[in-house]
Amino acid sequence: MPSLAPQLELPSAVIAIGGIAVRVNTSDAVFLAMLEDRYAGFVSEQTHAEFEFDVDLYPPGIANPDADVSVTCDSGRWLIERGECRAEWQPALGRGRIRQTANPYSIDAVLRIVHTLALAEKGGFLLHSASAIRNRKAFLFAGVSGAGKTTMARLAPPDATLLTDEISYVRKLNGGYVAFGTPFTGELAKPGENTSAPVAALYLLAKGAENGIEPVAVAEAGRELLSNMLFFAEDSEMVHRAFQAACDFVQNVPVYRLTFVPDERVWELIG
Amino acid sequence: MTKQLYVARSPRIAARMLGEEMLVMSAQGSTLFTLNPTATVLWQNADGATPLDQIVESKICRAFEVTPDVALHDAEALAEDLAKHGILLISEQPISNTNSPEPERR
Repeated sequence: MPSLAPQLELPSAVIAIGGIAVRVNTSDAVFLAMLEDRYAGFVSEQTHAEFEFDVDLYPPGIANPDADVSVTCDSGRWLIERGECRAEWQPALGRGRIRQTANPYSIDAVLRIVHTLALAEKGGFLLHSASAIRNRKAFLFAGVSGAGKTTMARLAPPDATLLTDEISYVRKLNGGYVAFGTPFTGELAKPGENTSAPVAALYLLAKGAENGIEPVAVAEAGRELLSNMLFFAEDSEMVHRAFQAACDFVQNVPVYRLTFVPDERVWELIG
Repeated sequence: MTKQLYVARSPRIAARMLGEEMLVMSAQGSTLFTLNPTATVLWQNADGATPLDQIVESKICRAFEVTPDVALHDAEALAEDLAKHGILLISEQPISNTNSPEPERR
C-alpha cells in the first residue's frame, strides 16, 4: 500500500556545471556545507535541476581517491561504483541515489560521470585538459599527466580567465563548441571560473626546447582527442556517441601541437 | 573448391574517415584502430552480401594494382585479423540484419 505520509524535503545543493544542474539531497548538514564550499562558484540558486541525487552517508572509512571506476548500464539504470561509493542513476527519471562516506572524492567522481554521460547525449564531452578564455575565445590545452596542463594554467596571464586546470567541459551549442568552467581541479587545486566562451582551438601539449605551434592532421587530432576524453562506459551506444563527438569536434575546431618551454612566454602564442 | 566468404561490418563499432585515414572504435574496451588503405577498402565494402572474392576483384585489385590470387589470399588473412578485433564479421553465408554502420566519408 502506498504511503500517505508526505515526503520530507531534504536539504539540498544545486550544482550547475556547463548549464546542467544536479541537485544533491542530504540530511547531513556538515556534508552539505562541504559541498557548498567545494563547489562554491557552481552552487546555483535555481530550483530546477535536470538530475537529482539522494545521498546516503555511512560511517567514515578510508576513501581512496585513485580507486578504479566501474560504470555499467542495465535497462536504462546506470550503476557507478568506485571504491566505497555506489551510485544508481536513471537518467530517464532524472533521479539517482548515492551511497558513500562523507568524502569529497566520491561525489566528485559521480558528478564527472553523470556529466560525461549527459554530454555524450548532446555531442559534448569532458576532456583531460586545462582551458582558459582570452579575448572572449576559449582555448583547450590537452595532454596526459605531466604534459603541462597545470603549468599552462599556472602561467596564464592576468587577462586570461581560467576555466580549469584539469577537466575541460565542452558542449556543442548552436552548431559550434563552447567551453565551460568546471570545479574539477588538478594540481593547482583552484576551481575554474563559472563562465564560458566559444572554443577557438585545441592545443596538444608537448614540452620542448622552444615555443612553437604546428597544425595537427585531422586523423591524428581525432586519435589524440579520444585518448584524452573522459570515458567510463563500455556501452555500445555511448562509445558510438563519444567517438562521433570527437570526430565532429576535430573536423570543426583547429587542433595544434603546442611545444613549449615552461615559462610565461608561451602565452604570447595564445589568443 | 574454395568456399566463398562474406564479410560485414560489425554493428558494435563506430567508424569515421578522417582525412585519408579510417578510424574505427570498438565498444569492447573502447579500443581505437586506424585501418590501413587495404583494410579501409575492405571495411567500406563489407556489406555482408558481396562475396569477398568479388570485393577483392572489383575494389582491391583495382585500387592497389595487385593480382586477384595474391590479393584474395591477403584479404582473407586481413579479414580474419579484423574479425579477431571485432571489426568485421565473417561467414560462409551472406550476412544480413547486422545493423552495420554505414561507412562515413565526411
